Amino acid sequence: MMLDIYDFYDKMERNHILLSFKGDITSELLTSILQIMESKLENLQEEPKVKKKVYNVLVECLQNLYHHMDEVDASTDRTRSAIFMIGKLESKYTIITGNYIRTENVSSLDGRLKEINALSPDQLKEYYKKVLANGEMSAKGGGGLGMIDIARKTGEKLNYTFMPIDDKFSFFSLNIKIS
Amino acid sequence: MEKINIESTPKTPSINFDFEKGFLEIKGRSIPENSIEFYKPIVESLEKYGAKPIAVTTVNIQLEYFNTSSSKCILDVFKKLESIHKSGNQLVINWYYEQDDEDMLEAGEDYQAIINVPFKMIQIEE
Repeated sequence: MMLDIYDFYDKMERNHILLSFKGDITSELLTSILQIMESKLENLQEEPKVKKKVYNVLVECLQNLYHHMDEVDASTDRTRSAIFMIGKLESKYTIITGNYIRTENVSSLDGRLKEINALSPDQLKEYYKKVLANGEMSAKGGGGLGMIDIARKTGEKLNYTFMPIDDKFSFFSLNIKIS
Repeated sequence: MEKINIESTPKTPSINFDFEKGFLEIKGRSIPENSIEFYKPIVESLEKYGAKPIAVTTVNIQLEYFNTSSSKCILDVFKKLESIHKSGNQLVINWYYEQDDEDMLEAGEDYQAIINVPFKMIQIEE
């Protein structure tokens, strides 16, 4: 198959993508990506406030992907792979992530995200504190706080979709805007 | 007890724990993927320190960034401090945040609401 690389380039250019990655999400990769994004934010001369918010939300989005890799398990190579893109249009940053999820887990994640989206900013703050104080932490350190934190810091509803892929897997995509 | 002196890395903060002075400082960024592993030794030494704390304990928390995975571990650290305070010892947590960093101030206030220890919010001028 011939890959039309210009087509990719053009789409990324038109969507103002600063950085994109597809593949295995490792700890070393995240360290590098965060360093690259930090210097990009520096070069774009963002206000410290914007820089911090973008960096914080990016950490949560990428670590969500990282922690998720193990849950899907290495049943096939394909399901270990994920994608993310970081874009900037005018003063708004966009972080888009995509990863496979077992279809049997779709409804519980969907339910959790709907619950978060139903809350006002004040309710989110209370919910965060409640989960922080009482929530159980998974062995890897994910505490179910990531999505709540993203919603809280961006002040936006979580925008996501699930696309059925085959009998076992669906593709989860999350589109985060930070302004 | 030995002093704890951990250097910072791009993903983990520096930790200074001087038992004799009753001084604990966590400074930098705390965004490791596995935060439990990182914080375990600190929580354990606080446990030991708590058995025989000195009269006044000062804790400085000066974080630039922290992820949600660290936020649970920081709470565990604070819970140890809470029990030291509860058993009648003087203890204060100084929570530093940069000017304009409302998220960091709010994060400090979240802890203040959960943990029964005197907090002092201190703004750092840029």
